[in-house]
Amino acid sequence: MNAKVIVVTSGKGGVGKTTTTANMGAALAKLGEKVVVIDVDVGLRNLDVVMGLESRVVFDLIDVLEGKCRLSQALIRDKRVENLYLLPASQTRDKDSLSPEAFKAAVRTLIDEEGFDRVLIDSPAGIESGFKTAAAPAEGALVVVNPEVSSVRDADRIIGLLEAQQVREIRLVINRLRPRMVASGNMLSEGDILEILGVKPVGVVPEDEGILVSTNIGEPAVLGKTRAGLAFMDTARRLRGEDVPYPKLDDGGGFLAALRRLLGGN
Amino acid sequence: MFSFFRGKRSRDELKNRLELVLAYDRAQIPPGKVDALRRDLMEVVQRYFPTEGSNVEIEQRGDTVVLVANIPLTGRDK
Repeated sequence: MNAKVIVVTSGKGGVGKTTTTANMGAALAKLGEKVVVIDVDVGLRNLDVVMGLESRVVFDLIDVLEGKCRLSQALIRDKRVENLYLLPASQTRDKDSLSPEAFKAAVRTLIDEEGFDRVLIDSPAGIESGFKTAAAPAEGALVVVNPEVSSVRDADRIIGLLEAQQVREIRLVINRLRPRMVASGNMLSEGDILEILGVKPVGVVPEDEGILVSTNIGEPAVLGKTRAGLAFMDTARRLRGEDVPYPKLDDGGGFLAALRRLLGGN
Repeated sequence: MFSFFRGKRSRDELKNRLELVLAYDRAQIPPGKVDALRRDLMEVVQRYFPTEGSNVEIEQRGDTVVLVANIPLTGRDK
């Protein structure tokens, strides 16, 4: 994706927006980009805890926009990954304290003056003002979707709204896929979702308990070796334009996998 | 046994449901309204051509959502 400013969104809550933002941010930084992840969920801040940076929050996005601190004072540098920064949301204010124009200007400053290569914006759930503000500065979007009915429907709605807001590059991140359920005919496949939504995917991430563990300890999964972490890493490479094939997703269990192992295959 | 085969179909069933519901969402039409239109249309068609096998459906074609009426005017026996 050429877009430097990318909003991570989904419409529906609980599909993995914040996890995707944290992991894509960490993965892109690992690949050498200078990245800032911005939490725009004013009043329901969470990107800080998912990334394990909560104890270092002093100033937030609203403080910056209201001139209470300099932009650089509110940026929290991640000590585990070089060139990864977090700009946290305010936990005490409400969404109306964030104007789309002021937010756009702040994002411009991050690129023009602070020298960031990539700005990832963690959008709040929903299609109201919070989402619209989050999407205002975006040139591209990652739409996070789970293979289930309400998430796909909401993703379609969000894609329509993003197009209306002139967001040029829209890509899907299919999250929480269970390969065994797809194989048994009880879950939409990545191909089904692509066909229904008509938007290209940039990543497919399997359901993985490792994600909960990584958020429990506040360390992005891409810093470890879980299946979901590796899938997010691949997603970041594809986002940068690398031609990374989609690995054959496998639960590592199940009858067929066991049979393949028994027969000496992979 | 039955539930096993039923289970097999849930993916396809969801796909069909989603395709239809998204067609209505994109066209910003409440599905019940199209259903009422379909019933009215069929009634008029039946008045002129009392043939079997007519149907009116909503379909997604590329970027547009269209109402498709399939009305056989001549039967096999005419």
